Amino acid sequence: MNRLKTSTLFKIVMILYLFIILFPFIWVAITSFRPESEIWGSNALDLSEANFTLENYRLVFQTPILNSLKNSLIISGITTIYVTLVASLGAYAIARLDFKFKKLLTVIVLAVSMFPQMIVIGPIYRMFVQLGWTNSYYISLPYSNITLPVATFILITHFAQIPKEMEESATMDGSSKINTFFKIVLPLAAPGIFTAAIIVFIGAWNEFLLSLTLNTNEAWRTATVNISFLRGQFEIFWGQVTAATVIVTIPTLIIVILFQRQIVSGLTSGALKE
Amino acid sequence: MAGITLRDLTKIYDNNFEAVKSINLEIEDGEFMVLVGPSGCGKTTTLRMIAGLEDISGGELYIGGELMNKVDPRDRNIAMVFQNYALYPYMSVYDNMAFGLKLQKFDKKEIKRRIDEAAKILDISEQLDKKPKALSGGQRQRVALGRAIVRHPQVFLMDEPLSNLDAKLRVQMRAELIKLHEDLQTTFVYVTHDQTEAMTMGSRICVMDLGQIKQVATPEEIYSKPDNLFVAGFIGSPQMNFYKGTLSEEMGAYHLEGENEEYDAFRFSIDISDQESVAPYLNKEIIFGIRPEHLMFTDGEGLRAKIFVIELLGSEVNVHIRVQGDIHTVTTDAGTHFKAGDAVTVVPKPGRIHLFDPETENAIRY
Ligand SMILES: Nc1ncnc2c1ncn2[C@@H]1O[C@H](COP(=O)(O)OP(=O)(O)O)[C@@H](O)[C@H]1O
Ligand SMILES: [Mg+2]
Repeated sequence: MNRLKTSTLFKIVMILYLFIILFPFIWVAITSFRPESEIWGSNALDLSEANFTLENYRLVFQTPILNSLKNSLIISGITTIYVTLVASLGAYAIARLDFKFKKLLTVIVLAVSMFPQMIVIGPIYRMFVQLGWTNSYYISLPYSNITLPVATFILITHFAQIPKEMEESATMDGSSKINTFFKIVLPLAAPGIFTAAIIVFIGAWNEFLLSLTLNTNEAWRTATVNISFLRGQFEIFWGQVTAATVIVTIPTLIIVILFQRQIVSGLTSGALKE
Repeated sequence: MAGITLRDLTKIYDNNFEAVKSINLEIEDGEFMVLVGPSGCGKTTTLRMIAGLEDISGGELYIGGELMNKVDPRDRNIAMVFQNYALYPYMSVYDNMAFGLKLQKFDKKEIKRRIDEAAKILDISEQLDKKPKALSGGQRQRVALGRAIVRHPQVFLMDEPLSNLDAKLRVQMRAELIKLHEDLQTTFVYVTHDQTEAMTMGSRICVMDLGQIKQVATPEEIYSKPDNLFVAGFIGSPQMNFYKGTLSEEMGAYHLEGENEEYDAFRFSIDISDQESVAPYLNKEIIFGIRPEHLMFTDGEGLRAKIFVIELLGSEVNVHIRVQGDIHTVTTDAGTHFKAGDAVTVVPKPGRIHLFDPETENAIRY
């Protein structure tokens, strides 16, 4: 009886919570289908009078949004691949290998993620200008300073959970450390790797400041930056901004829906005694 | 196939804890050696040093006559079965067993031949396509064994491989492991904390305590001639009964005497053939032990005691009595007419008393 009540209460709270979280996005989606004239003013909240239209989308596609999406996709993709790989190796070392200054190293990794972006952006910009790396895919490299520490920490916990015997068993079977890492450990950590990769991807996809500063040429702008340029001299085109926002959000949404199962699934079940 | 030699083998962990203290052990080629002892005595540590999964802090390890201290575990040609099986969950049973063979670059045909052979021995031919999680505990255990067998290693190491199985399956797997050892004729080093397992499986048993070896011998010898108080108490179930008493001599006849709470002191006669060995202990406090199955009830003189509780085991009965503030056990045939609270008198069967030095706790041979 009691359990039933708590679970009903729990559900109500969760639904309310979800609504509060999702409402802004739902409103953005709705707004993107309304003419610019209806977005503001006294009738903005009255959907029964709304004249839904695809005009905003038509206008957005006349801007370089597709090119910026391509840039975002390539930059986020590169970032995801190399950051996940580096984070995997680093996290495995921290979780499993014995070496000096391990604790210190772990703390430094964490500390890197705590530097405010505004402080590091200056030096990075200078460096990029001198190397001639502005307006290029090299922007993926500084993206690691936001994503690498998070990915490493997610993976440390996942590697630490893998039973040591699994690796020792492989060792006894004649497997080298690196072979064991790729053949035994990585598959077992797959849920963690997916989670890390997705978080890295989303982090890179949503990045704004580095992209705005380093890739200033319109041809190299990422999608997030492109949205911020959807404005005239005196106004912001909210209809187009919301339409672009919807378009930019879709890839992340697809990724999360596709990989939801892998993230959650417990791949290790059945490996050990129960 | 190969024998194993441990010479002054020592393990000191990073926290300076000495888990294995300079042990010496000779394991012969093809032998089924069981390491047994209470939890924490260093069995797993010893096994892992043999496997190469744990660094050796001191002493030497030889396998097949070759010094192995610095040899990579991969190059020792040893297979190990882990307590929790450690199967690779996303691989089929077949791939689990093939993993090591593929690394050794055997061709597909040979891999299949070996796996089929092992699967037949272990009766898991039907399970080869399944994932570990679709198997029962006993089947997983077999796959873990199979993974070891297919490699044809020179040594098998097993760390409490049966401890996760239920009692019935454990007895069955025990027999199968003995059979497997007979078939393969390879050196087995088997770790367990269960003395029954040790007694039934080992061709020899190595009893350990607190990082040291207390005795190495055949099961029969360990049981009938324990070297010290620890082995005497650890091996055998129910446990050996221990008494405090004094040894005395009267005109060539020897007696053990002991206090007995509310009853008169008891007195057992004992045949001594080596008078010199017991001479230092005459008329001093000594510890002696008698196994429950070596005590019998009598109507004459002996040790008087009250029955505390009676435990029926089917073919046998364990009668627990109160002696010198302890509960002692007498194992006897079924059909006894005693009940709790009865006063009884017991005597040892002739030649079945074990004597121990109260200081060193070593056995005194007489
Ligand atoms: N990695 C380790 N670091 C420190 N002490 C350890 C470690 N592994 C085991 N020990 C200690 O060494 C002793 C022997 O352990 P172990 O060999 O696992 O015993 P057993 O297998 O006989 O139960 C125990 O007291 C245990 O706490
Ligand atoms: Mg152990």
